[in-house]
Amino acid sequence: MASNTKDPVLVVLQLSGGNDGLNTVIPYSNPLYYDNRPKVGIPEDQVLAINDSIGFHPAMGPMKKLYDEGKLAVIQGIGYPKPSRSHFRSMDIWHTCEPTKVGDEGWLGRALRDLDPNKDNVLTGVNFGRGLPRALAAPGVPVASVGSLETYGVLTGIEAEDQRTMALETFTRTYEPMLGKGPVLSYFAQTGLDALQGADILSTALEGYSSSVKYGNDDVAQYMKNIVQTHLANLGTRVLYTTAPYNSFDTHAGQLANHTRLWTQTSSAIAAFYDDLKEHNATDNVVLLVFTEFGRRVHDNGSGTDHGAGGCAFVIGDAVKGGLYAEYPSLEAGKLLEGDLHFNNDFRGLYATLLERWMGLDSKPIVGGTFEQLDFL
Amino acid sequence: MADQSIALMAHLMRRAGFGAPYAELETRAAKGYEATVEELLHPETQPELDNDIMLRYKTEWVNKNALEGQQEEWVFRMINTKRPLEEKIALFWHGILCTGHAKSENPRQQNVEFDMFRHKGMGSFHNLLMELAVDPAMVHYLDNCMSHKGAINENWGRELLELFSLGVGMDGKLNYSEDDVKEAARAFTGWTVVNAVPRYPYGRYLSKFVYNPKDHDDSVKTFLGETGNWNGEDIINIIVKQPAAARFVSRHLYNFFVADEPQVPAWQHTAPQDPEAIKMLEAEYFRSNYDIRSMLRVLFNSDFFKNARFAKVKSPVETVVGTTRLVGDFTFPKPGFNALALTIRYMGQDLLNPPTVEGWHTGKEWIDSGTLVERINFTADQVGNVNLPGVRDILARLRAEGPTLSPERLVDGCLDLLGGYKLAEETRSELVTLARNGGELQTGAADFSQRAAQMLQSIVATTEYLFA
Repeated sequence: MASNTKDPVLVVLQLSGGNDGLNTVIPYSNPLYYDNRPKVGIPEDQVLAINDSIGFHPAMGPMKKLYDEGKLAVIQGIGYPKPSRSHFRSMDIWHTCEPTKVGDEGWLGRALRDLDPNKDNVLTGVNFGRGLPRALAAPGVPVASVGSLETYGVLTGIEAEDQRTMALETFTRTYEPMLGKGPVLSYFAQTGLDALQGADILSTALEGYSSSVKYGNDDVAQYMKNIVQTHLANLGTRVLYTTAPYNSFDTHAGQLANHTRLWTQTSSAIAAFYDDLKEHNATDNVVLLVFTEFGRRVHDNGSGTDHGAGGCAFVIGDAVKGGLYAEYPSLEAGKLLEGDLHFNNDFRGLYATLLERWMGLDSKPIVGGTFEQLDFL
Repeated sequence: MADQSIALMAHLMRRAGFGAPYAELETRAAKGYEATVEELLHPETQPELDNDIMLRYKTEWVNKNALEGQQEEWVFRMINTKRPLEEKIALFWHGILCTGHAKSENPRQQNVEFDMFRHKGMGSFHNLLMELAVDPAMVHYLDNCMSHKGAINENWGRELLELFSLGVGMDGKLNYSEDDVKEAARAFTGWTVVNAVPRYPYGRYLSKFVYNPKDHDDSVKTFLGETGNWNGEDIINIIVKQPAAARFVSRHLYNFFVADEPQVPAWQHTAPQDPEAIKMLEAEYFRSNYDIRSMLRVLFNSDFFKNARFAKVKSPVETVVGTTRLVGDFTFPKPGFNALALTIRYMGQDLLNPPTVEGWHTGKEWIDSGTLVERINFTADQVGNVNLPGVRDILARLRAEGPTLSPERLVDGCLDLLGGYKLAEETRSELVTLARNGGELQTGAADFSQRAAQMLQSIVATTEYLFA
């Protein structure tokens, strides 16, 4: 399939750990915010106000710039019914759209299956990082998971050309019969065969890339750079994914310093990503989703915050109608859910918006139902 | 050469340790299976690892200050220990009772916890949880030092129940409520650590557990239906009696030592694949007063274990350490320890640093298009290196079979010497064809080493070899 740089591309940045929505999109004019956050509240004069009641965390300058340019949509109060406060479980729910049972297919895995049903391109979906997030997993759907773009390849240690060719032929011939021998072996076999094919193609991705944009040294920034490099290599990739590692957003303690550092790095990575695309005239067909698995408790615990429920998500891109979407959840004691913010829009509606209005796919079988979409696209 | 007792011993050593080269398998098989199980269960009967010479070369291992240094040192231990189950049980508990460097930032302190796992990890589960609750790395990692009377931090209370002892639910029912989490957190207030000396300029110092009665919430609490003026040790006493605790320990032992189960969050909805095996282990948990060693004895001597060949996907540690033990490398100071430890990280298992408190996703989830490539490349490079002592030994044993080898015998011989591996018919047939294509295999010919090594490489690149 010939690649077309103007096909819509979705980039996803996962903030693992449960980003504290209340300190990211701050209701600075609400006294209940300060009542509940005696130790962790951000002083009003530090908040980057976007209107007379809400503002961004002070470390989010680059995000505020994108907001002012009308390219950043803030999805407030996002979540799902009967929230889980377990990282593992809640992230699985966001990945599989299955709040009540354990799913093993990811929404993006299903989207990739719809985008490329004949598996014409093993690089339709690429993950940057260790391991494959379940969001991208679906039986039979190849997804390259690249730990290091510079060194990705199979049996690269066999130096003699003819020996390597023979080894890779044997490899292919021993893997092919495993397809259809049950789910685990089929998965391994398909993974191996697809990796072989994908590695050959990806080895060309870095050629010809040059940019004046400087990225930070942190993992997220480097992977966002790899995402841009892969996109610009015009390989037909439609979904690119990466994750902030180590549950770094799980700010139970020391939140003021940690959250500041996290958003300084994350905002800078997002800005570099956008600027790099812009330098290459490639912003018009890329949309970035930034999400987390839950928000955090309204009342701080003295140094940080514990796991909560409703949170916030961001969608960024030229095609995005920037602004505030859905509602800011109420902080009134009677309107909380066991001390946590209620959600007022289901994350599956956010996914449906992206799937239908951006990727041109039918969202219902992917997210498992009909959910109210948002108008940022 | 297809000796069943050697194949069984290879299976035991892969599971209770990190595998073994053929010579070691012969020695252990001669000693006998039950006797070997007893030796493994009693690591104290074997000598401690002597790493004096390593410490002269790797001086950064002495103060245990650096993450990668500690990964290297642990890898060295796993390769060279005479107490394989001691290291394996430490790895087992590290993957469940998690602390992580990304937050702890004190490898020296984490090592205190790992030594506790080595020495207490096969003792009573009750004692293990008690040790864990006062371990400074754990107190810090799950913020119990930030949990105060009147202002609790729920992190330790929650994870103790969810991930360290009971699990979310069992047989269609929840094991605890949000109130139980809060009551557990309240009971553990006051269980804290002294302020650690700052890292700069002298390096990382060890912290110490301290109980602060002034910060302890000593009011009445109701936990799992029992009411009293509970302190932390009472919470643990109540926990270990629960059937859910027996299920938790049994299922984890099964998942790690016997056969891959689904991921842990599925356990609340998904029955064990071998309910009889779990029942046996649960019964032993209670009969032995929560003794892990007793449960392991039942496990290793059971038919369900002996029959579970190749039922587990090797973890990155097992892949790298197992291969290194097989080829006989890294027994002595040499460059490359850092790259070796990092290889395990690139395969998805960062020792001392699991991605979250939930540990690593195991089994089939170790494998994705990135990590699969890492495994194949690493393992093939090792077994293809004819200069390594373990590879030379394999080649010598193959040569000793006679002046020529049939293509079938080359394949089967390599499979035996790698540790009794079995291939699907189609796979074996492809490899026999590969062997035949090179012409007659003369063990005395100059190209025999290269052809045999190529066969080893092709075997370790198969899907079958991913399993232990």
